[in-house]
Amino acid sequence: MSKGVAITGMGIISAIGNNVSENYNALIEGEKGISKISKINTIHKDAIMVGEIDFTNKEFEEQLGLSADNNYSRTAMLGIVAAKQAIDNAGITDINKYSTGLISSTSVGGMDMTEQYYYDYLENETHRKYIDSHHAGDSTQRIAEHLGIEQSLVTTISTACSSAANAIMLGARLIKSGELDRVVVGGKDCLSKFTINGFKTLMILSDTYNTPFDENRKGLNLGEAAAYLVLESDKVVKAENKKVLAYVKGYANANDAFHQTASSENGDGATLAMEQALKVAGLQASEIDYINAHGTATGNNDLSEGRAIVRVFGNDVPDFSSTKPYTGHTLAAAGAIEAVYSVLALQNNVIYPNLNFKTQMKEFDITPQTALKEKELETVLSNSLGFGGNCSTVIFSKSQ
Amino acid sequence: MKKVYINSVASISAQKTFDNTQFLEEVCSYEETILPVVNPNYKDYIPPAAARRMAKGIKMGVVASKLVLEEAKLENVDAIITGTGMGCVRDSEKFVSAIIDNDEQYLTPTSFIQSTHNTVGGQIALGIACKGYNFTYVHSSNSFESSLLDAKLMLQNDEANSILIGGVDELGVHTTKLHKVVNHLKTDIKKSLELLNSKSEGTIFGEGANFFTLGNEKNSSSYAEVVAVKMYNTLIGSITDLAQQFLASQKIVVTDIDLIILGNNGDVNFDDTYNELSEGLFTNTQQAYYKHLCGEFNTASSFGFWLASKILRNQHLPKITKLNAINDSSFNYVLLYNQYRGQNHSFTLLRKC
Repeated sequence: MSKGVAITGMGIISAIGNNVSENYNALIEGEKGISKISKINTIHKDAIMVGEIDFTNKEFEEQLGLSADNNYSRTAMLGIVAAKQAIDNAGITDINKYSTGLISSTSVGGMDMTEQYYYDYLENETHRKYIDSHHAGDSTQRIAEHLGIEQSLVTTISTACSSAANAIMLGARLIKSGELDRVVVGGKDCLSKFTINGFKTLMILSDTYNTPFDENRKGLNLGEAAAYLVLESDKVVKAENKKVLAYVKGYANANDAFHQTASSENGDGATLAMEQALKVAGLQASEIDYINAHGTATGNNDLSEGRAIVRVFGNDVPDFSSTKPYTGHTLAAAGAIEAVYSVLALQNNVIYPNLNFKTQMKEFDITPQTALKEKELETVLSNSLGFGGNCSTVIFSKSQ
Repeated sequence: MKKVYINSVASISAQKTFDNTQFLEEVCSYEETILPVVNPNYKDYIPPAAARRMAKGIKMGVVASKLVLEEAKLENVDAIITGTGMGCVRDSEKFVSAIIDNDEQYLTPTSFIQSTHNTVGGQIALGIACKGYNFTYVHSSNSFESSLLDAKLMLQNDEANSILIGGVDELGVHTTKLHKVVNHLKTDIKKSLELLNSKSEGTIFGEGANFFTLGNEKNSSSYAEVVAVKMYNTLIGSITDLAQQFLASQKIVVTDIDLIILGNNGDVNFDDTYNELSEGLFTNTQQAYYKHLCGEFNTASSFGFWLASKILRNQHLPKITKLNAINDSSFNYVLLYNQYRGQNHSFTLLRKC
């Protein structure tokens, strides 16, 4: 159980770019991907802003070479694009050379199609092909198929907004315990009326750019995205002489056990997750160089997470920022998006600015990093917090 | 590596299984293709006001978890890991139809909140104030097996000592209609118990919650040892080869298996792998099946796991589950095999403890 978990490839598609380098450039240039919604005809379109990906479903179908009678949800297509990039980036040409699994995550699954054809399915045959693609596991099966992962361990996690962090965590544990030599981990979620209206009823959608950790924050912007990472065992890294991008050093999941949707005022769950992840990593709090916060810009999250950060790091809180102002909150995908950003931070020794921040929060005196900062980084801690009190922390490091 | 034991079981299903003193002595047959659960009196376990607000899946999950914790004499656990194919699908249906019917207006958050897949796991944690690890797997017919594998890894590596796992799914009216129009649901069944006599496509649908506490310490009331669980997203060769590989990986042979429990659901298009095993490799092995009792749903295999656990502890096979005429009087190794519509296959191996 002391084996290393190397990250050897990653892929991403989000509102700020269609691949890793586009995402990185936007991050360091401070370019937001937040705009008015264009692809979903919702009555809320003037009242909300979102992180939308430019390509239409039709364009994705062409890119992926899907036949006209395909039944892929947008979630599945986003996932395939990102997962294929990750495999290419890892230089994998023969996926079945080592025992390779896929741990994916989603919250909406194929809901984009379900909500379009919900009643129509019963009347017309035309769109019935999408009935099979509704359930959350379907998009994962499609990714596995496109990567050539067969007769292997493939599963899907759905723990709301911490889902992808949990997929990374399970992947790391499967490598450490020797169950798999290689595992593709990550998450994907597309925008849907379902989530737009859901978050709207919770009254946590901002009508303007989201402003994490700001006293006057008004809520979140939803986003759509997918990101995947390839995790490989020491054995594979050695045998293939692999270039390691970073390591998954620590991880933990804990439950707030406070409320179905709200976080506890003092961030009990997030505190536990960070503390236990440090323990798994064998690191002291003082050894964390940057925190990529969950920072959704809702009143409740930022207060709870901020307090948890203060509880864990005391008077010595490392630089922290939320990248949600760039991408919006991409729900189940968020943990994987931010894992890619964390690895890029380590590779390039940069800390991204927490865009849109203006006013210090009253409840504590920690302030996010607001300008791009160059700094030698050894470790990055990333938080993902979700409904159901689900709190996850993953720690990435340059060295094993 | 530590061994992993099933220390308590609870089942809410289309049979009267919530009473753990019974073991399928009385059997309900349904004259329809949709099998609702036989409900326990939820109010005995959940305050009525709370129960009214809860989705069916949450109620079943919360009560099943209370039953297993009670049997295991545990007040809390180190982790809660649930599997569900569709989560609280009735709330998803409610929210989608409200969006469409009211043109995105006058919506309330309750059904959106409950529709989140990890609601059952979250509600159980809330109920017993469990701040530990809390995962939810949503991978079709491997949702429950994913929970089992996760718990097994954690227990054998001593990262936890007691874990609550479960499979839970509820029937949704609209979703069932959708499956009906694409022929996933049979139309020619008169009696659910005669499922395997049907020669048509599709199956019968069910719902339920089957929960277990697993631990890495055996006690006097332990049901069985979880020896192995293995999942496969697809099948590329024959199921016979895969079964043999699986047995070899556990250093056992076919004749070591005293009972194989199969997930046949009577779908002529997809029962071929089950039939290949029952008519081939395991033809001389005692065989059992269960989906005629609980119906098919994404976590129906958790009912199979419940069945296997009870058989191993009681050393008794309920007659209604017998698939062939072979009688083995003692049960040491029990093997479970399941898949749904030709995807997401799994083998689970349990042993008497």
